[in-house]
Amino acid sequence: MSRAAVQTAAKRALDTARIKRDFPVFDNNPGLVFLDSAASSQKPAVVIDGVAEFYRTDYANVHRGVYRLSARSSDRYEGARETVRRFLNAASADEIVFVRGATEAINLVAYSWGTTFLKPGDEVLITELEHHANIVPWQLIRERTGLKLVVAPLDASGGLDLAAFEARLSSRTKLVAVTQLANATGAMLPVETIARLAHKHGAKVLVDGCQAAPRLPVDVRTLDCDFYVFSGHKIYGPTGIGVLYAKAAILESMPPWQGGGDMIEQVTFEKTTFQKPPHRFEAGTPDISGAIGLAMALDYVETLGRDAISAHEEELTGYGVDTLSRLPGIRLVPAGQRRLGILSVDVQGAHPHDLATVLDQHHVAVRAGHHCAQPLMDRLGLAGTTRASLGIYNDARDIDALAAALTAAQKLFA
Amino acid sequence: MDARELYQDIILDHGRHPRNFHALTQATNLAHGHNPLCGDRVTVYLELDGDRIKDVSFDGRGCAISTASASLMTEVLKGKTLAEADALFKGFHAEVTGKPVPVLPDTLAEDMERLAPLEGVRAYPTRVKCATLAWHAFEAALKNGADGTTAATVKTE
Repeated sequence: MSRAAVQTAAKRALDTARIKRDFPVFDNNPGLVFLDSAASSQKPAVVIDGVAEFYRTDYANVHRGVYRLSARSSDRYEGARETVRRFLNAASADEIVFVRGATEAINLVAYSWGTTFLKPGDEVLITELEHHANIVPWQLIRERTGLKLVVAPLDASGGLDLAAFEARLSSRTKLVAVTQLANATGAMLPVETIARLAHKHGAKVLVDGCQAAPRLPVDVRTLDCDFYVFSGHKIYGPTGIGVLYAKAAILESMPPWQGGGDMIEQVTFEKTTFQKPPHRFEAGTPDISGAIGLAMALDYVETLGRDAISAHEEELTGYGVDTLSRLPGIRLVPAGQRRLGILSVDVQGAHPHDLATVLDQHHVAVRAGHHCAQPLMDRLGLAGTTRASLGIYNDARDIDALAAALTAAQKLFA
Repeated sequence: MDARELYQDIILDHGRHPRNFHALTQATNLAHGHNPLCGDRVTVYLELDGDRIKDVSFDGRGCAISTASASLMTEVLKGKTLAEADALFKGFHAEVTGKPVPVLPDTLAEDMERLAPLEGVRAYPTRVKCATLAWHAFEAALKNGADGTTAATVKTE
């Protein structure tokens, strides 16, 4: 985003005081400085109450009942799918599969697409910035497929080394699986460029949008990725629901990965034929209220405005970087040329878990440890970091509280 | 609860300047402890003479709580019999997890007193495993020989 565009967007900046009132957790925990949205965000009342209201008024199983209540429930469930389609600007709601979360989405791609199409010697290219959820599934299907996991390194600034990434692409590369925004450091990856380069070599592209989707406008068609995954609970929605987007032709080519009800066309004891996507991949009764709650969260986010949210996150990230950089003995873990929404720090002489305990005494909730990115921590030479992550309810005062608590902790451990 | 109640001076001191913080070349037993949650690692070395702990030391990396706990542990375990060490572990474990503390021999009262500053972790359930990591490694070391590579990563409950 250009500087002018940031300024324009910042003018429509979020009214964080009003937004905070939308989240009952802040009423019930006075003084809470919540800086752990990257792990899981808090939930607005529209989602909490909306899910309860759904159970009170329209709930029944989906796609089964002939009665009107079930039809209504099905409509709302499929309506949620349409909301997600719009949110990602996918071409069709049939490209949206509801899953438990991004972890399950990546596992679905690995087990269904991966074990079908990957042959011995084929390469899956990831980066050093990945979350375990985008490392372990590929390792799990490695023995079954003979795939080779190739890792693109960081550059000195903590961003992806794009030249080194490009050098690892070849005709053997069948899939490039990358995060859009690294959960441990906040480094943003140039996913559009990555997708273009990968496609030049005939590779498919999977983008882990867990941290990006809550913070940036996402358009899967502009991005031209083949798969996009995100979790509902990190975008102000319920736990237990997430999204796999995949291009229609690719989903169509993929076999089911779990069998059961709702995903079949016809079953005999000899043979079963399967539904078309997305229902082929939704065996059993889905998380109906989760999907509906997610749609409510996405609507809430849209109402605030995704440009306004990204401008807010950008502004607050900048303020955080400035504030924390001024504190002696505290080093921001490098995050490349562009950082968004996540501030990971290494404090001289203080262990992240000790820091997090002391910060908690100051009502500052942060995450401490390896952030499910142990290979990245090893690469950075850190046992772990103390990570503050931002959401739509955070403001400059939260950053100030973080800085004050860090200073108090430093004093204790000095 | 105030942070200072958890991070008492004795803990901060042992966290910054751990005692017996080195490998033991003449170790008869050793084990590696690992807390997968935070990545903390500790290796506990023992030199046993019959059923007596002639020497004990540790190294590794960890938070102030786990480092201080390991340091204090080595101080109280040195010279103890295995039965006394076991009683201390049971007593300490009960103290930090808030479970009923078994009756210990009077001769161990002073050692329990030495470990008392760590009792503050009771109020921090997520930090109890920091305080018990070295003790679990000690227990594993007793089962191992001097070849620590056969040691399983200790559990941290």
